[in-house]
Amino acid sequence: MIDFSVIVENIPAFWKGLQVTLLLLVIACASGFVLSVPLAVARVSPNPWLARPVFLFTYVLRGTPLLVQMFMVYHGLAQFEAVRESIFWVALKSPWFCAWLVFTLNTTAYTTEIFAGALRATPSGELEAARSLGLTDGAMYRRILLPSALRRALPQYGNEVVMMMHATAIASTVTLVEITRVARDVYYNHLSAVESFGVAAVIYFVLTFSLVGLFKLAEKRFLRHLRPDTAGAL
Amino acid sequence: MIAGPVMLHGYLPAILGGLQSTLSVAAASLLVACIFGLVGAAAKLSASPAANRAALVYTTLIRGVPELVLMLLIFYGGQIAINALADRMGAGYIDVNPFIAGTMTLGFIFGAFLTETFRGAVLAIPRGQTEAALAYGLTRGQVLRRITLPQMIRHAIPGFTNSWLVMLKASALVSIIGLDDMVHRANLAAAATRQPFTFYATIALIYLALTTVSILALGWLERRYSLGVRKADFR
Repeated sequence: MIDFSVIVENIPAFWKGLQVTLLLLVIACASGFVLSVPLAVARVSPNPWLARPVFLFTYVLRGTPLLVQMFMVYHGLAQFEAVRESIFWVALKSPWFCAWLVFTLNTTAYTTEIFAGALRATPSGELEAARSLGLTDGAMYRRILLPSALRRALPQYGNEVVMMMHATAIASTVTLVEITRVARDVYYNHLSAVESFGVAAVIYFVLTFSLVGLFKLAEKRFLRHLRPDTAGAL
Repeated sequence: MIAGPVMLHGYLPAILGGLQSTLSVAAASLLVACIFGLVGAAAKLSASPAANRAALVYTTLIRGVPELVLMLLIFYGGQIAINALADRMGAGYIDVNPFIAGTMTLGFIFGAFLTETFRGAVLAIPRGQTEAALAYGLTRGQVLRRITLPQMIRHAIPGFTNSWLVMLKASALVSIIGLDDMVHRANLAAAATRQPFTFYATIALIYLALTTVSILALGWLERRYSLGVRKADFR
């Protein structure tokens, strides 16, 4: 049966783990977003010298397991003496930095494809109108293409953020004490799966549906123009 | 044995042995996932509210929790539950086989994703076709076998491809519950040779090859099942 004293005793540990999970999510998604926007623009560019490398990047990152990517960076880079003796080693030996780097690259790959898909779905009239008004390429992207594409991408982007939140569980394999690591420690101390992994599952579940709710609100705000016109009919 | 970088210091056969177990885990999990997916889709499409609700709980719960946590919960929790049951029935200690635990867990998780794929695929078939088949006196079983399934495959392939790719990559996690898969072999080789990058990069390339082959094969299958379907031509 469930031993609630074990759960109560570990509430502070899970609370700390939750903060680590959220911090990992926020830093990965923030840097991922910043990188994905220009990469998506390059991905849809007619210039193959821009589009191909971005495709190669997203293809490789999306085609390999996150766990293996994490091991490659965290355990793998130490293999090279040049890396160990470089100034980057201060950062690269830290599990926090490696987790941030790998999560950022990973979420950037998926987000770039999402944004690129949304850019490709731009109605050609919008593009033609912008060109006929004599907008420069920069102004066209800043004022017309990106605002509308990023809005269109919102539902899928919400999915990606949820996936990324779940992916932070991989950080438990490189010594970061986030929710899953806390659960594994509780399990090894008490040998009871429900009080450890069960609690973690409940926390992730609540987090998932909070994020889903937040994105629903954002969609209401930013995709208002796409909702069926019910108010106007009355 | 030839030692040297080309043969990965003699660890190439070990890695390929791990590849074999990665592939068997992925294939067995896919089978389990298809069964869960078909049952789940049938439950979602059924007229019974109880079945609808059970399927909704299943797909919602699975989507809300990371694969790794579910895997640990089912592996360790299942072990405890099975032994509690065995104890009650007077049997001795049962050690849950990580292969079975891993495939059941992966299958259970991706069954939830396939439930949605299969449900959508069935709904994509025009209703009139089923009605026409029934009007011609075909039995429900015949309708399923001759009308629904062949067309469902076409609609299900894109979602199925996606789920398969995610599952193939998620199968790397079984190394954490002690399965001797490709990642586990790479861990061992990395520790023994002190060349972690070489081995993790090697298995990353193998995974990339597997995903590439999967995309090509399933793309071919989709074209094969879409013969006779006209697509909008934008030229």
